[in-house]
Amino acid sequence: MSIHIQVQTDDFNVGDEHNTLCSNNKSDGAVVTFTGLVREFSSGDNVTALELEHYPGMTEQLLQSIAEQAQTRWQLARICIIHRVGYLALGEQIVFVGVTSRHRQAGFEGAQFIMDYLKNHATFWKKEHFKDSSNWVEFKQSDKQALGKWEK
Amino acid sequence: MAVGSAINPNDVLPSAGKVELLFFGQLKERLKCSKLSLEISQPLSISELKLKLVSQYPHWQPWLEERELLAALNQTMSSSDEIVKVGDELAFFPPVTGG
Repeated sequence: MSIHIQVQTDDFNVGDEHNTLCSNNKSDGAVVTFTGLVREFSSGDNVTALELEHYPGMTEQLLQSIAEQAQTRWQLARICIIHRVGYLALGEQIVFVGVTSRHRQAGFEGAQFIMDYLKNHATFWKKEHFKDSSNWVEFKQSDKQALGKWEK
Repeated sequence: MAVGSAINPNDVLPSAGKVELLFFGQLKERLKCSKLSLEISQPLSISELKLKLVSQYPHWQPWLEERELLAALNQTMSSSDEIVKVGDELAFFPPVTGG
């Protein structure tokens, strides 16, 4: 079982990450990936960029712990989590989660579990930049509610 | 070898000294401060340490008393009754918004 965690300013290539998950992997029949993109949170306010801050050290530990929790619940042989920080333009890639499993259900559920926990626990903060101002994005209750299905 | 000669970390660590404080996200911006070394004379709970901060920086009170403010002691999420000792790293921040 392997876990790869990366917090970086650079962009990532989904094809490359997918290939890494698949290469020399004869036991898994499923690869599930999720890619998050930067979008506008405030409609009609002309967002120019998104700024992402994180807590170096703690963030990586939390992502590792989330991946390990996922591996205790599902048979996920390989997990890759990449999250970008710094200034990002609308439409840019912000987060990647990829998992491999023997069968698809574990892969789908595992990837969703990782994203739901990342949203609620990983120490990142988003700020929207407009032409003349900026605004910190507020935590969404719907993200908290999404954890409910894993805590039953 | 004399019995009881093993070094007890509690004897070695001085009770007075500095705690490294970190602030993130909107809180950092409101306080206009990202990090701070705070002198303490004895171990304090996180809530006691917050009161000490407010006594030194009264204008920080509204931000440090926000109900949703989170704390991490040595990079582990912590409740307000956990004890902070010299040499610890304590971070305060608002709810996270990654992904």
